[in-house]
Order: sequence, then structure tokens, then C-alpha cells
Amino acid sequence: MDAILLQILNGLDKGSAYALIALGLTLIFGTLGVVNFAHGALFMIGAFCAVTLQRLLNLSYEVVDETQTDFLGNPLKVKTPYVEAWFGPEFGGAIIDWAVPLAILFAIPIMIGVGYVMERGLIKHFYKRPHADQILVTFGLAIVLQEVVKYFYGANPIQTPAPDALNGVVNLGAAIGMDIVYPVWRVVYFFFAVVIIGGIFSFLQFTTFGMVVRAGMADRETVGLLGINIDRRFTIMFGIAAAVAGLAGVMYTPINSPNYHMGMDFLVLSFVVVVVGGMGSLPGAVLAGFLLGILESFASMNEIKSLIPGIDQIIIYLVAIIILLTRPRGLMGRKGVMED
Amino acid sequence: MFGLNKKDTSLLIIVACLTMFAPFILNPFPTDSGLAQFNAGYPDLMQRFVIFGIFAIGFNILFGLTGYLSFGHAAFLGVGSYSAVWMFKLIGMNVIPAIVLSVIVAGLFALLIGFISLRRSGIYFSILTLAFAQMSFNLAYSVLTPITNGETGLQLTLEDPRILGVSATADGSIPVTNLFGLEMRSTFEMAVGPWAFQFNAGYYLCAFIMLAAFYLSIRIFRSPFGMMLRAVKSNQQRMNYTGLNTRPYTLAAFVISGMYAGLAGGLMASMDPLAGAERMQWTASGEVVLMTILGGAGTLIGPVLGAGFIKYFENIFSKINDNVLHSWFSFMPDGMEDAVVFLIHPFIGKGWHLTLGILFMLVVIFLPGGLVEGGQRIKGWLSGRKAKDDGKAAGETNPAE
Amino acid sequence: MSKFDVSRRGVLKTGAMAGAGVALPTIFTASSAAAFTNEPTGSTVTLGFNVPQTGPYADEGADELRAYELAVEHLNGGGDGGMMNTFSSKALQGNGILGKKVEYVTGDTQTKSDAARASAKSMIEKDGAVMITGGSSSGVAIAVQGLCQEAGVIFMAGLTHSNDTTGKDKKANGFRHFFNGYMSGAALAPVLKNLYGTDRTAYHLTADYTWGWTQEESIAAATEALGWQTVNKVRTPLAATDFSSYIAPVLNSGADVLVLNHYGGNMVNSLTNAVQFGLRDKVVNGKNFEIVVPLYSRLMAKGAGENVKGIHGSTNWHWTLQDEGSKAFVKSFGTKYGFPPSQAAHTCYVQTLLYADAVERAGSFNPCAVVEALEGYEFDGLGNGPTLYRAEDHQCFKDVLVVRGKENPTSEFDLLEVVEVTPRAQVEYAPDHPMFAGGNLGACNPGA
Repeated sequence: MDAILLQILNGLDKGSAYALIALGLTLIFGTLGVVNFAHGALFMIGAFCAVTLQRLLNLSYEVVDETQTDFLGNPLKVKTPYVEAWFGPEFGGAIIDWAVPLAILFAIPIMIGVGYVMERGLIKHFYKRPHADQILVTFGLAIVLQEVVKYFYGANPIQTPAPDALNGVVNLGAAIGMDIVYPVWRVVYFFFAVVIIGGIFSFLQFTTFGMVVRAGMADRETVGLLGINIDRRFTIMFGIAAAVAGLAGVMYTPINSPNYHMGMDFLVLSFVVVVVGGMGSLPGAVLAGFLLGILESFASMNEIKSLIPGIDQIIIYLVAIIILLTRPRGLMGRKGVMED
Repeated sequence: MFGLNKKDTSLLIIVACLTMFAPFILNPFPTDSGLAQFNAGYPDLMQRFVIFGIFAIGFNILFGLTGYLSFGHAAFLGVGSYSAVWMFKLIGMNVIPAIVLSVIVAGLFALLIGFISLRRSGIYFSILTLAFAQMSFNLAYSVLTPITNGETGLQLTLEDPRILGVSATADGSIPVTNLFGLEMRSTFEMAVGPWAFQFNAGYYLCAFIMLAAFYLSIRIFRSPFGMMLRAVKSNQQRMNYTGLNTRPYTLAAFVISGMYAGLAGGLMASMDPLAGAERMQWTASGEVVLMTILGGAGTLIGPVLGAGFIKYFENIFSKINDNVLHSWFSFMPDGMEDAVVFLIHPFIGKGWHLTLGILFMLVVIFLPGGLVEGGQRIKGWLSGRKAKDDGKAAGETNPAE
Repeated sequence: MSKFDVSRRGVLKTGAMAGAGVALPTIFTASSAAAFTNEPTGSTVTLGFNVPQTGPYADEGADELRAYELAVEHLNGGGDGGMMNTFSSKALQGNGILGKKVEYVTGDTQTKSDAARASAKSMIEKDGAVMITGGSSSGVAIAVQGLCQEAGVIFMAGLTHSNDTTGKDKKANGFRHFFNGYMSGAALAPVLKNLYGTDRTAYHLTADYTWGWTQEESIAAATEALGWQTVNKVRTPLAATDFSSYIAPVLNSGADVLVLNHYGGNMVNSLTNAVQFGLRDKVVNGKNFEIVVPLYSRLMAKGAGENVKGIHGSTNWHWTLQDEGSKAFVKSFGTKYGFPPSQAAHTCYVQTLLYADAVERAGSFNPCAVVEALEGYEFDGLGNGPTLYRAEDHQCFKDVLVVRGKENPTSEFDLLEVVEVTPRAQVEYAPDHPMFAGGNLGACNPGA
């Protein structure tokens, strides 16, 4: 029982990442009708916002310490971060410790900016082009972005730890008399994802802006005829989608150390999630994200693996095939979207 | 000639000339010059050009004609390679049975996957093919290791039975692939002044098969069957309303293009008897999509150009290192040489992905019809100028889309 | 169809231009028959450095390349000579190899067997490389080794840890200096026994491919010989990034040791996840829960940061070693690049020197002569103590390091500390050991 609850938690956690990325993809697809293969790269850039902030906070000045030597026998240069020098070791140290949560503030403007530039500078010109062209150009962009990151940060994973206070484990089962120990940061990640998803849905549901965007998603031309500048709103939505992917990346860094190809690792998976959810359906994307996350976790349980060897290797794809064969347009897809 | 119209015949002849004289054409620089780095006329790369050309031609029969974007075509190539290597292990080193089996097995595999995937269209079809290919890859890498030898890739060993051949040659090594005794790796080298040209038996086998495959693809493009496939692309619904079942046509196209992929896989294994699981990964499927679109989907020659383009970058640009750069620019003053090398450094060697990514974007942005359109533009530009010189209207040279 | 017509013309023009470039043949001469593949006839000899430059192991590949460049510099008489001064053989003069200046070509393996073979083939067919070396995974090493055997050039393996490289997939033209899974197990076992006792229950998480399996088999056998029990061996997909669903079952499995048979990004993530789940603070069966990472890489350990502290594993070499060879190598590498070399860099540097030395001693670049010179060769002064290149399987036998993640690193390179240098005798095995059985070296192939 404990084991199953634990795997549900794991599934929700994996699902959070899938759902956040798929949500952004669907937002872009639903509003602009663009298949964005660079979305994984946005997730990766978000993660590297956290890395960059951590690096910035750790910018140090060097003092030569004659008493110690480095590996070549030369006097060791002792580094002290400027932040610690300015705010004192205690408060400065705390700021460095909280780099990842702080990176959220850092990442939002950057990601919206990146999204805005991408949409205005490149993707705008591809609205009328075939989907194949959109895929190719965004794929090219994804390669370029990840190679640029690799050039500056190297290919190896870079550790970006969570704040000490959020680093341990918590017993979630204590209240119901069970022993379910789970990492604090993963719980944080799940709630963070829920808040973001909830925020996006209420933004679209309860604001005038959101209403216009939804109307535009349903019938772009009519909304345009009403004298509303729908393009501008869609550009903003692209920025928001980029920010969602970026924040998903920022918060993901303590779970797994980021590297330059993490976007590609998630890209295929998140497309499967979007399609299983149904092209253009936001609730579908979220639902499919959590569903696939949980199924993936269950498939990696030893009991199930011993029953069907290798099931954890293929579960996502197997589920995708079954769902697409039984529900032609995914879980909640609309008719006629991306079917030709 | 060959049942082709005049244009197609001349295209076929041009392609035939290009492939036959590839060892010359691809080696334009003398061996000792600094630019020899850009020579591509060595057997392995020439083989890759034509093999991936076959792969892309086959993919284009499905994607270019029907518009169905398969994201799992590499699976057929992988299956083809595995069957070919197994033939080498069990039967003998002649390439003919291996290639025949790889085409058949890939065709059957394509029939199975196509039958299921073609129940959906658009992106749903793409994801279904992707899912099948990824499942094949993941299983080949892990659970199916007894058949595929997993990460290491399926290789020949001295203990293989090879019932129609020998397990090991007299001098104790593994026999090499051959066509009735003609070794695939045998290469004739011709030195012409400072140039060295290599003529490889395996390359010419691949080239002849590629020409046959290219001819077949022209025939398919021009046949009523090809017409039907184009009709599926332009409006499948209308076809259905006229009471026509399009499924058999699309399935046939899927299987044919799967067999092309299998043929490419079989040839790869025949040139180099190893089959690795990563041949089936989604990135490999993505590569053939890129080749086709980059060259110009739906055109006859485009996919071959795209395949050549990508393979050239992968094999030539990745091998340029700082050392080579320094030798190129050594004529410059020291400071300037370093500056130039510093500027170029991110784009070569380990940065070849970056260059490729930038080129993808440039091609897609400026040449929506792929490299073929680039050729058309140049042609239009040249003849446009000529037209101006002649004082004629240049209107008729606009390429019809 | 006009579209298509136009392209044909375009192609025609390009073809005509390209044709004009080669239309001036002067003298036709058939190439002379060489004694072996790519026999160097001029004043230079070309070596092929085939390392991962893209993909997850690109940083290790970059470090390997640095080591190769350093080795070439030293062979050609540049720099301070590095380990050539401490090497027990004095055949190398610093005037290249056999008086020929060493040149090199580089390529990208992409950590894919296909790409690695393509790259190696181009080095052999186009650049005339007489020896290929490098790589950062066993799949690639085995694939390229097979190719070199067929083509008739020498392959000096880079970082490859699978038993199979010199086990069932060994080849006469291939040589491995790096250690292997069996040696990791044999070296770790006594240390683990001293630290954690003989009454332990281990849980294995293993990357689901051949290298992972051979390491799992080796470690399980070595620890079971101590009296440990193995409660479970779980295979994880190579593509997995989040290991939470594999770690969670460990919590209640009754195991008190977790063995992570992962490398590279997999290792970083699985270790990070294991620490996240609080495994290191757990007490099971009255004993502290422990994690073991049998194959350590300093470059990768950096990605796991704090999480490696106090965790044991094994490596082929570490830059803090205090023998003369290691010190000389660290000094010349560190002076040139500003940071200490990794174990991948070390093994690649050593392999290059060993090849050059073997050619000098054999007096020929002929692969069969080189094989003969390397087989059963005893040497010292290259950082691992007295070392033997065993003739039966072309595997180097030398001391193996057991290391631990350092509690208080003094610099960003100072992540591991050497706990014990396990002597060579302890990690030796018979050539026909069951974990290595089934292969056949075959005969050396000089090609041509």
C-alpha cells in the first residue's frame, strides 16, 4: 500500500513536469497554430536561468592565500562571493542558498522576453507555412539554442541544489498513521505546478484578456473582424507559454541537475503527452501529463516489471498507441485539428 | 527511354552520371592542399550519401506524395540492418540474400505498423509511428539484446556458423562481405597528379541500387498510383466522398517506403556489417524528415540532395579542429590568425551541430521549397538576367509551385 | 513540372562546373601496393583521435582531446615531456615516432556506434590514420575495435569499462588500458567489507544495457563472495531522467546498501534522486544505509555536487596520486590547460604513449609488429604502478583506486579522495574467467 501511494506521488511529480511543458505547447498550438519543436529548449533555458543566477550570486573576488597551495603547487586563490562580502556571510549565504526560488523572479522576465523575441522575430513569419516547415525551423532553433548553452556551460550536468530548508524529506503519511517519506522539494514542485496550471486556467477563464484569447482560439478571423488586435494578444500568450516552460525548468533543477540536452529529452515525451491529451485541448494536456506520469511510475514497479519485462521502457508509447486507437483525437481533442 | 518522358530521362541520366563520377566530383581538391579537408570522395562517405539517398527517396514516396509525415521510419532501416547482419552471421557473406531479406522483413514490419497507424491521420499518425519506432528502439537496446546485441550493436564474430560460407578465413579473421566474390571493401586507387581518387566496389553496388531505386521512384511519381497518392494529399475527404477507399493506396505507399528504408538498412549492413540500436531512435527518424524537407519534399531529386547535405556536414565539419584552422590561416599575422580562428571555432568540430542548426533555419526561412528551390532561384536569377539582356519579359521563368 | 525541370538544369550546371574542375588528368598511376593499411611513407604519421564531441559525454571527449594534443606535443619534442620522462621505456626520443612527425585528425563519435564507425572510417580511408584511439563508452569502443580489426589498423581504446571490450568482444588489433567491471568489483569488495561489514543486503539499480549488466554481475559476484545478500537487481531504462520511481521501492525493500550501476548523466540523476529520498540518513537493520557507485568519474561527480560526499566507488586514476608519473602528467596538463586532467584524459594520454613506444620498439608501424610489441609488455612510470599488457586478452593489469567523495573539498577539482590503492594481484583474473569467456582475439590483421 505504501509502495503504491509512493508511486502515485512519483507519478504526480513526473506528471507535473509533463503537464507544465505540454500546457505551454498546447497554448502555443491553440493560439498561434504553430507546432513548436523549440519548446523543450525553452524548458532548458528556464533551467539555465537558475544556473545563471546561481553563478551570478557566486561571482567572487579572489584573495591569494600564501598558506595554501593549489594542485600545481602555486599559492591558492581563495574565493569569496561578492554577495557575501556585501551582505555579510550569513545573509549573503542565505541569498546564495535560495538561488533556485529566487531564479523564478529572474526567469519570468527573461522567459517572456525570449518568447516575445522568438514569436516576433521568427515564428510570426511561419503562420501561413506548412506544419512541416514550422517543425523544421523550430527544430533548427532548438538545436541552435542548446548548442549555444553548451558552448557556455559545457555538456556535463550542473548541480543546482534546493535551499537547505527544503532539501530534506517529509513524512506525508504521518497524519493518517502511515509512513510515506517523500522529498520536500518534490512536494513543492507538485504544488507549484498546480498553482501555475490553476493560474493559467483562471487567467483564461476569468479575465477579459483571457476571454478574448479563448474567442480567438475558437475563431481567429471573426475576433479580428470585431476590431480586436488578436495578434498582439497571441504574442503575449506565446510569452506566457514560454514563461510556463521556463518556470517548469527553473523548479526542476534541484530534482535533476540540468544539462544542455534536457530539453530534447522532454521534447518527444511532451509531444506524446499533448497528442494523447488531444491537440489544442488545455485540460487534455494536463490530464494526459498526469496520467502518463502515474502510469510510467507504476510500470517501473518491480512487481509489474517481473510480470512484463521491459514494460517501463515502452509504457508511454504503448499507452499512447492504445489511447489513439480507441479515441481517435486523444482524450479531449477537437475534430479537424491537425488531422490533415 | 525506359518508359520515361524526356525530362525524366535526362534527370535520370544526370543522376547516373553524378553517381558514377562521384569519386571525381567529390574530390575536387588535391590531397595535399589545405582544402582537402572538404573532400568527400572516400568510400565510406560516398556509400553513406547514396544509402541515405535511398532512404530519403523512399521516405519521400510516403511524405512527398501522400503528405503523411511518418516519425518512425528509422525503425524500418534498423530492422533491415538487423536482418542483413543475421544473414551474414547465419548464411554467409554474400550481400544479395542479406539485402533481399532486409527488404522483405522491413516490408512486413511496415505492413504491420502501417496497418495500425494509418487508421489515424495528421499528427495522430505521426505520433503513432513515433511510438512504434521508439518502442522498437527501447526494446532493441535492452530487453531484445539476445537478438540485437543491445548497446554494442550486432556484430559478426569468429564463432558464427555461416552455413554457406566459412566462420573464419584461413588467416583467422572474419570474412568480409562480398558480391559473388567481389569484396565490398575493395578499392581501386587512382592517382592523377596531386589528386587521389578512390573507386570502391561497395560504393558502385550502392550507386547502381540507388539508381534503380530512383528510377522506380520516378515511375511511381508518374504512375496513376502516384496520382492517386497526390490526390490523397490534396483532399482525402473528397476522395472518400467519391466512394473511393484510400487506405489501400496509402498503405501501399507506406509499405513501399518502408521497403526502401529496409533496403537502405540492408546496404548499410552490407558495407559495414554492424547494426546498432540507435539507428532506430527518434533522432534518426527525425533526420530523414529533415533530409527530405531540406532538399525539397515532393520533388524527385530534393531528398537525395538533403541527404547529401546533412551527411556532408556530419562527416566533414565535425572533423575540422583548431589545428586545421590554424594551418589554413597561417598566412595571416599572428594576432589576426588567432582572432579568425577564435571566431570560427564555435562553428566547427564540436560545434558542427550549431552550424547545421543555423543552416536548417536559413534554408527553411529563405527557401521554403528546400534546396531544390535554391537551385530554381539561381536558375531564375541567371535566366532572368539573360532575359533582360535579350530584352524579353522575365515573367515566364517564375517557377510554378 | 516546371519546378522539376528547373532543378534539373541547376544540377546540370553544378555538375558541369564540378566536372571542369577535375577534367585535367595528367598522369595515371595505380597506387603502389603497401605492406599494411596506411603505411606512412612521408615524413609524418597520422593518428586518429575519435572522441565524443557532441552528446552527453562531450565534456569527457573534450578532456580526452586535450590529453591527445598534449601527448602529440610531447612525442614531437614539445612541452616538458610529461610522462615520457617517467616512463620505464626510454625508446621515445621526442622526435616523433620512428623519426616521423606525429600529426593527428579528430572526429566526433557522438557516442553512437554508427557515427563512431563512420568517423573512424573516414580517418582510415581519407586521412590515412594508422591508429585510432578514444571514446567514452563501451558500445562505441567495441564497435570501433571491430572496425579497426577489419581495416587493419591498431585501436587503442579510451574510456571503456565493460568486461566485454577485452572479454567476449576482444580483438587482436584492439588494446585497453582502462580497467573494467570485474576489477571494480574486486577492488571495491575488500574496502566495502572493512567499512560496512559482511552482513549487508544490497539493492542494485542498473542501466539496462550491456555495460550495466556486466558491471552488475561483477559487483554482485564480488560482494556476494563477502557474504552480502543481493535482495534485488532492477534495470532502469537508459533514457530515464527521473529515477524516483526506481528509488522509492528501495525504501521498504529491507536493503541497507544501494549499488548504482550507472554512468554519466544516469549516475548523476540516480544518485541525486537517491539522496533526495533521504536514503543516506536512513537506518535499516540497525545499520546506516549506504550508497555505492562502482564506477566514478570526477567530471560527472561534479554534476552531483554535494551528493557524492562520503560515497565510495572506483576509478582508473586520479590526479591527486603522488607517484612521479602522475605528478609529471598533472603538472604538464595543468600548466597547459589550467585544471587537472580527468581519468579519461589520463588513459588516453597513456594509450598514445604506449602505442608510440611499441612502434619504436618494434621498429615498424605494421599493426602485427605493434601487437607483438605490446603483448605481454611490462612497464611502469605511467601513473598506475607496474603494469602488464596481457597477451591473452590485450587488457592492462594494474592497481585500481578506490575513492570516496570528499567531505571538505578545497577546490572545484578536489571532489574525490583516494581511500585505497588496491594492488594489481588482487584484481587479476584468468583469461578464461566466465565473465570474459566466449570471445576470440583472432589473428592480427595488417590490412592491405
